[in-house]
Amino acid sequence: MLNHFKSYLHKQVSAAPLAVFRIGFGLMMFISIIRFWSYGWIEKLYLNPKFHFSYYGFEWVKPLGDWTYLIFIICGISALFVALGLKYRLSIVLFFLSFTYIEFMDKTTYLNHYYFISLVSFLMIFLPANAFYSIDNIIRKKQYALIPKWTIDTIKLMLAIVYFYAGLAKLNSDWLFKAMPLKIWLPSKYDLPLIGGNLMHQEWFHYVMSWSGMLYDLMIPFLLLYKRTRIFAFILVVFFHIFTRVLFPIGMFPYIMIIGSLIFFDAEVHHKIINFIKKMLQLFNIEPKGVKTEAYLKSRQKPVILVLVIFFVIQIILPFRYVLYPSELFWREEGYRFSWRVMLMEKRGYANFKVVNPEKETYFYVDNSDFLSSFQEKQMSTQPDFILEYAHYLGDHFKSQGHQPIEIYVESYVALNGRRSQPYIDPGVDLLKQYESFKSKTWILPFKDDIKGL
Amino acid sequence: MMKKIILGLFTLASVMMIVACSSDDNDSGNSVNDGFDRSAMLSNWANNIIIPVYEDLDTKLEAMVAQKNIFIAEPNTSNLENMRTSWKEAYKVWQHAEMFNVGIAENTNYIFQMNVYPTNTVDIQQNIDNQNYDLASVNNNDAVGFPALDYMLYGLGDSDVEILEFYSTSADSNNYKTYLSDLTDRMESLTQAILDDWKNAYRDSFVNNTDNSATGSINLVVNDFIFYYEKGFRANKFGIPAGNFSPNPLPDRVEAFYAGDFSKTLALEAVDAIKNFFNGRAYVGGNEGRSLDDYLDFLNTIKDGEDLSTLINNQFVAAENKINTLNDSFAEQVENNSVAMTETFDIIQLGVVFLKVDMLQALDISVDYVDADGD
Repeated sequence: MLNHFKSYLHKQVSAAPLAVFRIGFGLMMFISIIRFWSYGWIEKLYLNPKFHFSYYGFEWVKPLGDWTYLIFIICGISALFVALGLKYRLSIVLFFLSFTYIEFMDKTTYLNHYYFISLVSFLMIFLPANAFYSIDNIIRKKQYALIPKWTIDTIKLMLAIVYFYAGLAKLNSDWLFKAMPLKIWLPSKYDLPLIGGNLMHQEWFHYVMSWSGMLYDLMIPFLLLYKRTRIFAFILVVFFHIFTRVLFPIGMFPYIMIIGSLIFFDAEVHHKIINFIKKMLQLFNIEPKGVKTEAYLKSRQKPVILVLVIFFVIQIILPFRYVLYPSELFWREEGYRFSWRVMLMEKRGYANFKVVNPEKETYFYVDNSDFLSSFQEKQMSTQPDFILEYAHYLGDHFKSQGHQPIEIYVESYVALNGRRSQPYIDPGVDLLKQYESFKSKTWILPFKDDIKGL
Repeated sequence: MMKKIILGLFTLASVMMIVACSSDDNDSGNSVNDGFDRSAMLSNWANNIIIPVYEDLDTKLEAMVAQKNIFIAEPNTSNLENMRTSWKEAYKVWQHAEMFNVGIAENTNYIFQMNVYPTNTVDIQQNIDNQNYDLASVNNNDAVGFPALDYMLYGLGDSDVEILEFYSTSADSNNYKTYLSDLTDRMESLTQAILDDWKNAYRDSFVNNTDNSATGSINLVVNDFIFYYEKGFRANKFGIPAGNFSPNPLPDRVEAFYAGDFSKTLALEAVDAIKNFFNGRAYVGGNEGRSLDDYLDFLNTIKDGEDLSTLINNQFVAAENKINTLNDSFAEQVENNSVAMTETFDIIQLGVVFLKVDMLQALDISVDYVDADGD
């Protein structure tokens, strides 16, 4: 077993797939940052709101006023440098740090695919993605045609985890036997051309979409791994991601996954891609000379492998942490994030905060729009950790205005996957006396139904 | 082989891209045939509710302008009383119009020029004294419209005799007459412009815009309706005076504060408007047409869920019953027993949950339109 592993670690393959992945990833990220900026989302999401929701333990990560733009500049330029393979190691470290900092500034904007990008860029810090077809090659006047096989396999494994866990998460009674939440989402796409009017409200179509989505996620990593099914799988990847892009506002993610899936193809395909890029560059008379091909040196491989083994063990375990909390996961959302649970819930809520003076027995309600953007309010009203953090913010705010003694209660209702709204947070609990921790939140009211499955 | 596949993929991708891109456009509305005719719902709203409401409002405001002209020509008790009656008639119709903030109503900031209260008596007094004002200015939103007239007709003095003095014997009576006249004329001309727009180009573009997008008519009106229910109805009429948003009750924040015993009439009129809209009941004649209740019932046959339209209607009725038990003057109600007022607020509040959480979930309409990416 150990010998197998050791000989696996010595196996070498063409460096082209990783080079193509690096170029694709870097360019996609560069475009993503420009797109984000041009839509005015930096102001809207990070500069305009007075208050930002933090991750537990990362309260110090905040937008930095006008300096926030600098983080985005660093992020965009480092992404471009990654694509070019210019000062690769420094660039990918900067990209990972700046991108992750941006994501940690406000958890309102949490998306699984942003988390995915943070993880992949962390992984890439340890991979020789500039070994081949990079500007670093020209500067150092050497390149490596072969790199250890495991370096490419880590990317494949990461992609496989994303798909497979997203598939596992769909193994629940709402998704499979109620076709929820697609049964809510699809009929509202009645305005799509061609398929909007006749398909989107059909019940059988909701079930077909639910089940095929589940099967797609669970099977696609394997279909991509085996050579015989690979082309078919890639067609599926393209179809699935473009189709979901048509249905839902998911930004750059589908394109990133399509480009990312190319890594499963043989080196031959990647050489073709690189030759194509070379030809394009020749049109501009860009043709580097004098780059020697050398054998890849396996220095410092051991610590890197150790880091990556730990990384993947965490990746495999982390999505199951919800078993440590009472059910229902969809209702309580303890252990919901960072687990590839994508598009599983239609959840809406309403949270009305009550500021009480227990001595005078007076109270007043808070107008959330005084403090939160509508996006923040939407996210806050269905997630207990947001509600708690916001309650403490309100507490600090009203204390500073001289309201003391002070208690804060919330009357809240949440509707999940087409069920009728139910009371969400115990309205008799003073939230200022509750604190965020990894412990289960006792003040979430029970979910009056049962969702079976993983 | 490989080339063919790649070519095929590109074709597939570009077809999907075309679908993706054109789905962002607004021109696809008419072809929808999934079992619920959204265009019919929109035309019911336009033809049987919105336009008739504006027509009636315009008529009532014209009558008010006429009464105003008589009153400033001859300020006496009976003309004041007639002017007040015409103001009340128009104010009642206004309760049916306030929830619709689309088209040029939205562009001209109409609602904020018609019914922002409490009115700012200091600003009004300054305008009267200076004789130099722009009634369209945002700064004057709380010095115009029905609440300003409330003050001008009921609030200038303690008795009718005192009030009449401002328009007849006082040194600057002309200033008072001019301000009263300008206020009234402006309300009428704003309303006329909106009615004209609805009767001309806007109706058709409204009815045909059936998309489920941020600019689709259904989404706009539903968001307006919920915003009105939560803010204009729940908070302004009940919550704020009852002290739900402040440490103490604020009786002077009620609608039609100076008229005194009129706030309950207006609130009941508003419940009526809310029920009518939700059930698609025609403003004239009361025939029921397509509206949100039918849309929810249609979606419910897909989802096999709760009977939301009944739940929501029951909540409206509960609110109406509770309002009926209140004092004619909400200001007196708040002063004497603000608990009954907060109880009313709580009943209305449950309606907010049904509308904002359950109904929006069923309709899959976004309440905020943040154009950020989803997962």
